[in-house]
Amino acid sequence: MKVFTYERARTPAEAAAAVMRAEGSRFIAGGTNLLDLMKLEIETPPHLVDVNGLGLDRIEGTSEGGLRIGALVRNTDLAADARVRRDYGVLSRALLAGASQQLRNKATTAGNLLQRTRCPYFYDTNMACNKRAPGSGCAAIGGYTRGHAIVGASDACIATHPSDMAVAMRVLDANVETVKPDGGTRVIPIAEFHRLPGNTPHIEHVLAPGELITAVTLPKPVGGKHFYRKVRDRASYAFALISVAAIVQPDGKGRVALGGVAHKPWRVEAAEAQLPRGGKAVVDQLLAGAKTTEENAFKIPLVQRTLDGVLADAKKG
Amino acid sequence: MDDLKLTRRDLLIAGALTATAAAVPSVAGAQAQPAGGRVDSPTPPVTSKVALTVNGQSRQLDVDTRTTLLDALREHLHLTGTKKGCDQGQCGACTVIVDGRRINSCLTLAVMHNGAQVTTIEGLGTPDKLHPMQAAFVKHDGYQCGYCTPGQICSAVSVLDEIRKGIPSHVTGDLTQAPLLSAAEIRERMSGNICRCGAYSNILDAIVEVGGGKA
Repeated sequence: MKVFTYERARTPAEAAAAVMRAEGSRFIAGGTNLLDLMKLEIETPPHLVDVNGLGLDRIEGTSEGGLRIGALVRNTDLAADARVRRDYGVLSRALLAGASQQLRNKATTAGNLLQRTRCPYFYDTNMACNKRAPGSGCAAIGGYTRGHAIVGASDACIATHPSDMAVAMRVLDANVETVKPDGGTRVIPIAEFHRLPGNTPHIEHVLAPGELITAVTLPKPVGGKHFYRKVRDRASYAFALISVAAIVQPDGKGRVALGGVAHKPWRVEAAEAQLPRGGKAVVDQLLAGAKTTEENAFKIPLVQRTLDGVLADAKKG
Repeated sequence: MDDLKLTRRDLLIAGALTATAAAVPSVAGAQAQPAGGRVDSPTPPVTSKVALTVNGQSRQLDVDTRTTLLDALREHLHLTGTKKGCDQGQCGACTVIVDGRRINSCLTLAVMHNGAQVTTIEGLGTPDKLHPMQAAFVKHDGYQCGYCTPGQICSAVSVLDEIRKGIPSHVTGDLTQAPLLSAAEIRERMSGNICRCGAYSNILDAIVEVGGGKA
């Protein structure tokens, strides 16, 4: 790990200003992803600003009937919150499908959104990776691609976003609230928060330098049955091969988003009109234009069958 | 010869300190950061003070900011019951209980835990007075080589606490109900602790017995 200086910030504005003082400084909250990457020297911040003392750890109701989730709410607490379990089951399920209890006890809401890809070529510093070293190339393309993206990828990067929580946030139309170093605040719809790789896969989200997430808000509950079905190589504590987040209403209409297939949570609202017609009709639109390799072509039928399974369960009692 | 009662560990530590001293003449200028933040030449380490309560005892440390909680426990406080397995949050051997919750001590910095209450395997019980979970692991043969065991036991104690508090898991059937103390719940909740010897079924028996549930 490279040497770094460390400070604890007391307010969001102070944290945002502190991280601007030395180039490459980073916020640290749970640290479960950042420290892992710092040990490998994939992340080499010269200065860490500890944001754990900012008091952004509450879940409260909004005037619109939704929930405001503080950036520092731990994954465990968000998944266990009675309002989330009752009204936003897809979110609770997605959180509980991710990582281990030890990690969920540390990992935060904002940090979960900002976690970096688990592409093995990103993690291996001997390999070319445009995300880790812009312009160096992509060793994944033409490499072992079983876990890689099948939609929204580019010639520069075929990595996937590893978060389960973000897929549920996408299907719930969450909004990300931030504060900038100049004290200005803004609200970013989750659909616009993560970027596709294009020619700049190292830029993974739309946050400006020093911009700090303060909360994630959920609109008022939409009802329906909530599902998060994750398919992985072992039954627990593994990243998704694919995952399906869905909310299905009694009339068969609903929403669906996917994990494990793209550089961001994948949702195509237009495809959702096909939900009453079954998984294949949805997937034909949702994954239209998919580019697969011999190793990851299985993801398309796997998404369809998983979605069919969800829709069958939605019809039960 | 009494003066030479050094363990192998002491020798290794002494050697490491000597090497550090030679490479880093002074840490006095440690707070100064090079302009632009990043340089390739060696940068002197930065140290920071941190106060922890470990197994009920207050401890003050002055550590390199890069020191993980795991290394602080093992190398600074010599509490070597907590084990370093993968050092990347995948195996759970380093599991300790901080402020009432189990975490991977390898994936957090010591300096981030000023004022925290830390419980390690040494704080749960002693050879003369085992914690019920330790006794159950012995009774049910819940280990083979034993390397993952401290982490398994810290997790196991926390699992029962989490179920008591009603924290749901991936296998909880109805999210609006309290989770059950079942074998499926315990298996899922223990998935962050890997046992290379494969003692899982005996570990499960031990936890079920302490929890008072039916496997």
